Amino acid sequence: MTATDPAVTAGSSAPGGLVKSVVELDRVVIRLAGDSGDGMQLTGNRFTSETASFGNDLSTLPNFPAEIRAPTGTLPGVSSFQLHFADHDIMTPGDAPDVLVAMNPAALKANLADLPGGGLLIVDSDEFTSRNLAKVGYAANPLEDGSLEGWQTVAVPLTSMTLEALAHSGLGKKEAERSKNMFTLGLLSWMYHRPTEGTVRFLERQFRRKPDIAAANIAAFRAGYNYGETTEAFAVSYEIKPAPMAPGKYRNISGNQALSLGLVAAGQRSGLPIFLGAYPITPASDILHELSKHKAFGIRTFQAEDEIAGVASAIGASFGGALGITTTSGPGVSLKSEAIALAVMIELPLIVVDVQRGGPSTGLPTKTEQSDLLQSMFGRNGEAPLPVIAPRSPGDCFDAAIEAARIALTYRTPVILLSDGYLANGSEPWAVPAGADLPDLTGAVGFATEPNGADGEFLPYLRNPETLARPWAIPGTAGMQHRVGGLEKADGTGNISYDPENHDFMVRTRQAKIDGIAASIPATEVDDPDGDARVAVIGWGSTYGPIGAGCRRVRRSGRKVAQIHLRHLNPFPADLGEVLRRYDRVVCPEMNLGQLALLLRAKYLVDVQSHTQVRGLPFRAAELAAVLQDVIDSTSGAELAADPTGGAE
Amino acid sequence: MSTIDLGMPLEGPIADAITSSVASQGEKQTALKAKDFKTDQEVRWCPGCGDYVILNAVQSFLPSLGIAREDMVIVSGIGCSSRFPYYMNTYGMHSIHGRAPAIATGLAASRPDLSVWVVTGDGDSLSIGGNHLIHALRRNVNITILLFNNRIYGLTKGQYSPTSEVGKVTKSTPMGSLDHPFNPVSLALGAEATFVGRAMDSDRKGLTDVLRQAAEHQGTALVEIYQNCNIFNDGAFDLLKDPTTGVQWSIPLVHGEPLVFGPEGAACVVRDDVGGLRIAETNQVRPEEIVVHDAHRADPAYAFALSRLSSQDLRYTPMGVFRSVQKPTYDAMMAEQLDVAAAEGSADLDALLAGNDTWTISA
Repeated sequence: MTATDPAVTAGSSAPGGLVKSVVELDRVVIRLAGDSGDGMQLTGNRFTSETASFGNDLSTLPNFPAEIRAPTGTLPGVSSFQLHFADHDIMTPGDAPDVLVAMNPAALKANLADLPGGGLLIVDSDEFTSRNLAKVGYAANPLEDGSLEGWQTVAVPLTSMTLEALAHSGLGKKEAERSKNMFTLGLLSWMYHRPTEGTVRFLERQFRRKPDIAAANIAAFRAGYNYGETTEAFAVSYEIKPAPMAPGKYRNISGNQALSLGLVAAGQRSGLPIFLGAYPITPASDILHELSKHKAFGIRTFQAEDEIAGVASAIGASFGGALGITTTSGPGVSLKSEAIALAVMIELPLIVVDVQRGGPSTGLPTKTEQSDLLQSMFGRNGEAPLPVIAPRSPGDCFDAAIEAARIALTYRTPVILLSDGYLANGSEPWAVPAGADLPDLTGAVGFATEPNGADGEFLPYLRNPETLARPWAIPGTAGMQHRVGGLEKADGTGNISYDPENHDFMVRTRQAKIDGIAASIPATEVDDPDGDARVAVIGWGSTYGPIGAGCRRVRRSGRKVAQIHLRHLNPFPADLGEVLRRYDRVVCPEMNLGQLALLLRAKYLVDVQSHTQVRGLPFRAAELAAVLQDVIDSTSGAELAADPTGGAE
Repeated sequence: MSTIDLGMPLEGPIADAITSSVASQGEKQTALKAKDFKTDQEVRWCPGCGDYVILNAVQSFLPSLGIAREDMVIVSGIGCSSRFPYYMNTYGMHSIHGRAPAIATGLAASRPDLSVWVVTGDGDSLSIGGNHLIHALRRNVNITILLFNNRIYGLTKGQYSPTSEVGKVTKSTPMGSLDHPFNPVSLALGAEATFVGRAMDSDRKGLTDVLRQAAEHQGTALVEIYQNCNIFNDGAFDLLKDPTTGVQWSIPLVHGEPLVFGPEGAACVVRDDVGGLRIAETNQVRPEEIVVHDAHRADPAYAFALSRLSSQDLRYTPMGVFRSVQKPTYDAMMAEQLDVAAAEGSADLDALLAGNDTWTISA
C-alpha cells in the first residue's frame, strides 16, 4: 500500500516488504474507552508516561464511574482516559478525540458521539458479540450495518490476537485476556512512535512478585507493537515532535501527587512536622495514600474514624506545634465545618484541602466541579472568615500547597485549598523545582517562648500589629501555659468574654486579619498581549486550561481578550476591583452556577457575566471561545471571522 | 519526684522552643503545690456542683505526679464539665461538642512528650462524641479521659442524657425517657480499653487513687466519675453516697483482693454458670469460690462481666479500677514507624520531587 497523502514525510519498510508511511502531526487527542475492568486508566497512564518521557507537552482527562466494577459490558461500567499531546504547549486534554479506541460495544456507544466525523475509530471486534451488543441495546452490529461509515473504522481482533500471543505463556484464557490492554498500548505505541522501554520497566516493577504475569504483559505489549508494524490495517504511523520547553528536569505529575509533594515540601521548608488527619473520600484519598508513604520526612498520617476526627486531630496537632492538615472533598468539608470554625476562633494554622467533586450531597464522586467556593467562603456559623486559594493546573497544585502553608503559618489561620477532580486525576509535564529554591517558611513559624504582657504574663491574643496574627505558644514551653477555646475571647488575654464591645471588636479583628492577607499576595496578573482588550475573562481553579485555550482561539481570529485567573479567592488581590472596572465587559466561566461571579458582583459592583456548566467534565475550549467571541463582537460592534485554524491550541 | 514517664522532646523547632523557654526560666518546675495548678479565672459552676470537688481533687493530687504544668494539656468538649481547662494552669483547649478525644489524639500522637488529658461529660462523650470515644479507646492513644457522668444534660438545662435511666422524666421527656442508657464502663470495655476505672466525686480518697493509676497508665485511660448535678439531677448517686446504702450497693475493686462487700462483708461476687459473674451471700459459698479481683487480665470479658453486675438504679456498682493492662500505645507505634522509615529511607526532598521518571530538556 502506498500512501499519497502530501503530509507524508517519510517512508519506512516493515518486515515483509510492507511500506509504511509516517505522517507528522502537531497534536493529537486519543481517547481510550473500555470496561472498568479493562485497565483503561492504567493503559492511559502508561501511554502518558511514554509521551511525557518523549518530550511532548500533554494534558490528560481520566473519566471513570464511581462504581469499582459495574456489571461488565454495560454503559455505566465504561471507563475512559483522554490524552492530548502536542509538539507545542497545550492547555487542555482536548475538546474531542481525534482517535477513539473502544474496547467493547458499551465503550463505543458511550463515546462515539464525541468523535468528530472522519476521526479514527479502533475497536476490539472480538467483543462485538450478539450478547455484548444486546447488553447496550444495539439491534445490529455497528461494525457490519454501515453505521460507522462516517469514521475511519479499524476493527481489530484485539482479544484473540492477545490470546494468540500468549498461547504459550502458561496463563489461562481469562488471565491472558486481561493483557489485551497492553496489546492495545503496544499498537498505539507503534502508531505514535512512543518509546517502549519505560513500559517494559514499569511492568517488570509492577509484577515483580508475579514474573509470569509480567512476562505475559510484556509479551502482549510487544505483540501489539509488532502487529502495528506488520499489519496492513494500519498503513500510517504518526510522529509528534517533542514540544519546546524551558531547559530543566521534567516529570509527569497529577494534581493529587503535586499537592502531596507540595505539602511535604511545606513541612521541609518550615521545619515543622506534618500531621495529616484524613478520612478516605473520592477524589482526595490519593493524597492520604501518598503522604503516608513519606514517614521518613517526619510526616504523620492518621486515618481517622470520620471526617470530623480528621480535622479535629489536625487541630490538636497544630496546637502542639505541627502543621496540621486535613484532606477531603465537598461532603467532608460539610462535616468539618464546625471544627474549621473552631480553628478560626482559636487562630491556629490548619490546611483544609477540598478536592471538589460534583455535588450536592454524594453527587458525582468521580466527576469534577468547582461548586464548593461559597461553602468555603461562608459555610460556617457566625462570622468565620478564612483564606481560600485554588490551583490552576495539576502541577500548580504543588505551589498552591506551599502557598496555603505560608498563609496558614504566617496568619495562624485555617486555609481552604480548593482543588478538584479534574486537577486531582489529570496530569501534565512538570518542571521539577529544586528544594532549596522553594519559599523559606521558617520565618512564618516563630513559636512564642517569652511572656509578652506588661506584668510578665503571657497574652495569647496579643497580636502582631502587622499581620494581626496571635502568638503560637506550644505545650512544653514553660511559663506560656494558656487556654484556648471556641467561646469568644477577650482581646489580649484570651479569657472568656461575653462583653458586647469586645465581641464586636474581635469579630471585626478576625475579619481584618484575613482581609490583611491581601497585602502579602501579588497584584492581579492580567494576560492581555496587546494591552488594549475591552473584554476580560476571569476564572479560578481548573478552568485555567480551557479558558486559556479559548483565549488563544479568540486571539488567533484577531480579537482581543484579557485573561485573569485567580489563585487567591479570599482575600482577592487588593487591586482586583480596579482591574475589573477597566473593561467594558467581564466574563466569568465556572463549573458551578456562578459562585465567583456572585462574589465579584457583590464586592466590586462590576456587572460580571457568568457562563456556567456543571456536566462533571471540564469546559471545552471551543465553547468558551464561542462565548468570548460573542461578547467581544457585541462589545466592539465588529464581526470578525472565527478562529482560522479551527481549534488548534 | 516524677512517676510519669513522658517521652523525650522531639527534634526541630518544637524542641528548640521548649529548650529556649527552659533556658530563660531555668529547669522544668515539677515541685509544685495544688495552688500552682489554679488559674486566675473565677470558677463558674453552680454552687454545690460536684465539679468543684473533682477540680479540687485533681489539683491536689497532680503535684504528686511530678509533671511540669507546661507538659500537661487538658482538652475538653462542650458541657458543664468541659469548662475544666479554664481553671487549670496548664495548656488547655475548650473545644467543640464531642470532639475532644479526636483533638487529643492528634496532639498526643504528634507530641508523645506531653501528658494529654480529656475532660468530658456523659452527653459530650457518649452522645455527640460517642464515635470519637470508642475509637480513641480501641487505638490506645496515650491520653487520660475523665468522663464526668451526672446522668443529665446540665448546660442545656435539664434534658435526659445517654446515661439517664429509662423512664427519666425531664424537660424533653415529660412522659419518661424511652432510651436505654449506656453503661460507660461496659462501653469502654467493649472497645477493649486498656484502662477503665470508676470513682465518686465526693470520695476524695477513692477518686484520687483511681486518677493516679489512670495518669500513670500508658495508653488510653477512661475514668468514669459519678458527679452530682445538684440543679437538674440532684441526688442521682445518693444510693452509693449514703453511708448505709453505699456500703450495701458498692463493690470496691481492689486488685488482688476477693470481691467481698456489703455490711460486714455479707455479699460477694462469684462466677455464674454461663461464664459471667453474679452476686452471692458470702456465707453461702466456699471462700475459694469468691472471685479475686484481677485488673490485669488480658481478656476484657472478666472486667466486662464485672461492669454488668450493676443495674440502672446503681445497685451493685463496682467502684475502682476494672481493668489495667499494658499494650503498645498508638503514639509510640506511630513514632516507631517514623523511626523505621527514617532509618530505611532518606528524607531527600529533591529526590522525592523528581520521582522515578524524569527527562531533561537541555538549553
